[in-house]
Amino acid sequence: MRISVMQVGFAAAVLAGLVLAFIGHPEPSDLPTTTPTSPNAPQTFALKSVSVELPTSEVIFPGPANATAITANCLSCHSAGMVLTQPNFSRAAWTGEVEKMIHTYKAPIAESDVTAIVDYLQATKGSK
Amino acid sequence: MTKTTATTRRFFLGQAGAGGLALVSGSAWSGPAGAETVDLPLPGGPQARAITTAFPQKAAMILQRTRPPLLETPFAVFDRGVFTPNDSFYVRWHWAVIPTDIDVGTFRLSVRGHVDRELSMTLKDIVDGLPRVELAAVNQCSGNSRGFTEPAVAGAQWANGAMGNARWMGVRLRDVLDRAGVKAGARQVRFAGLDEPVVSDAPKFMKSLALDHARDGEVMIAYAMNGEQLPLLNGFPLRLVVPGWYSTYWVKMLDRIEVLDKPDDNFWMASAYLIPDTPGADMKPGQTGVKMVPINKMVPRSFVTNLKDGATLKAGAKALVRGIAFGGSTGVKSVEISIDGGTRWLPTTLGPDEGKYSFRQWQAEIVSAAGALSIKVRCVNSDGLAQPVTQNWNPGAFMHNAIETVRVTAA
Repeated sequence: MRISVMQVGFAAAVLAGLVLAFIGHPEPSDLPTTTPTSPNAPQTFALKSVSVELPTSEVIFPGPANATAITANCLSCHSAGMVLTQPNFSRAAWTGEVEKMIHTYKAPIAESDVTAIVDYLQATKGSK
Repeated sequence: MTKTTATTRRFFLGQAGAGGLALVSGSAWSGPAGAETVDLPLPGGPQARAITTAFPQKAAMILQRTRPPLLETPFAVFDRGVFTPNDSFYVRWHWAVIPTDIDVGTFRLSVRGHVDRELSMTLKDIVDGLPRVELAAVNQCSGNSRGFTEPAVAGAQWANGAMGNARWMGVRLRDVLDRAGVKAGARQVRFAGLDEPVVSDAPKFMKSLALDHARDGEVMIAYAMNGEQLPLLNGFPLRLVVPGWYSTYWVKMLDRIEVLDKPDDNFWMASAYLIPDTPGADMKPGQTGVKMVPINKMVPRSFVTNLKDGATLKAGAKALVRGIAFGGSTGVKSVEISIDGGTRWLPTTLGPDEGKYSFRQWQAEIVSAAGALSIKVRCVNSDGLAQPVTQNWNPGAFMHNAIETVRVTAA
């Protein structure tokens, strides 16, 4: 059973173009707070089981062959978009991010791959 | 309680689609050819994001990350009313192991730890067995607007759409705790959900509240938002609702509650989501020796929703400016706008009050001579806390709430 709590009013017609000059200060918001038990709530609320599929990312790390290490090590926990939407950072900052992934978030990245990953990040997303 | 404005909800309605996203075709780096993208005005770039309709129970969303999902609400949605539709409500997950099949018959919420009786509650126990409560409240990511932070900070590069407002329905956390019987000496209550890290020894996402906060009668366990069961990606079947606090505490797919007899030292409380214990959570980049504390109450914000940067108004004519505001941890006292870059501030008229934790619409009429125009909007909350002029900075880029500016032209 569904209840239509509030969106009903918003589906109504629009009074666009109405004008209102600055008409003085509105009253402060001092309505009683919250969590009132709604007198209009239905007596039952039935939840239904859910089964969905989450999409996978088609985005790959672009660029030359030196994306091999980042592709091999980083995509098990997050899609490439996480990296590609970042602004540019210094090599030190990128090194810090990779170290955080390894030591804080326990990413199983071989120490021998760290340099190649940071090199890629610096080349792709590096600041001066 | 006083409501002196003669305005109606209808008066404040936005036209659906007004101020809509400027969609352009193609993308430099993502998605299939021809996919829609949007440019977010992030100073450090990159600005292009794909618009996705690929996620279950979700309409068109701004794709920040596919896995685990980070989906931003297109800002035009906020012009259509104070409640954010479930299918447009933003999504943020930490770990990629997210159950995609949830059986309402077998789901259990456990209550353990420093209690008289451990509980294993069915959804029916919760929905039918405890008093039902409702509350309108803003849910905002701690890092909402991080993409505007300068100098930039790593993390989800959100514009302003990692927030939403819903009417939540559920039960009081206090009533659940009382059923278990909290023992003397309890200090905090810890919450966790069904999501798990990909790597087994990584820190499971868990958050805690002080016992008094957990028992304040406002913190609730929600099984519905806006009259419907929660979308899976917003935490179906149960989500903690912590009114006035940042969303990091609003644990999704909540399935375990643990009463602790000592402060929680888990990673997500002790090391992550920390802010400087300074006014506005502000510090200097590189500053050391700053006391850090867990992020907590939200601060006021306000936005213009019916005009975008670059819009043109008719010079000398009346123009309606409209938007939303929220007070953070309390209600909206006032919203003011300036059309001269912040020198002179003028009052606006507030829309209907849906409760102190809700978005509230505001509007005003302006008239401007020909020329460039900086429209600024600021909210003061019921505690007298005003939005700052200058953006804060901290290492997580949390609690962004400086006064917003929309640059338009009157011609």
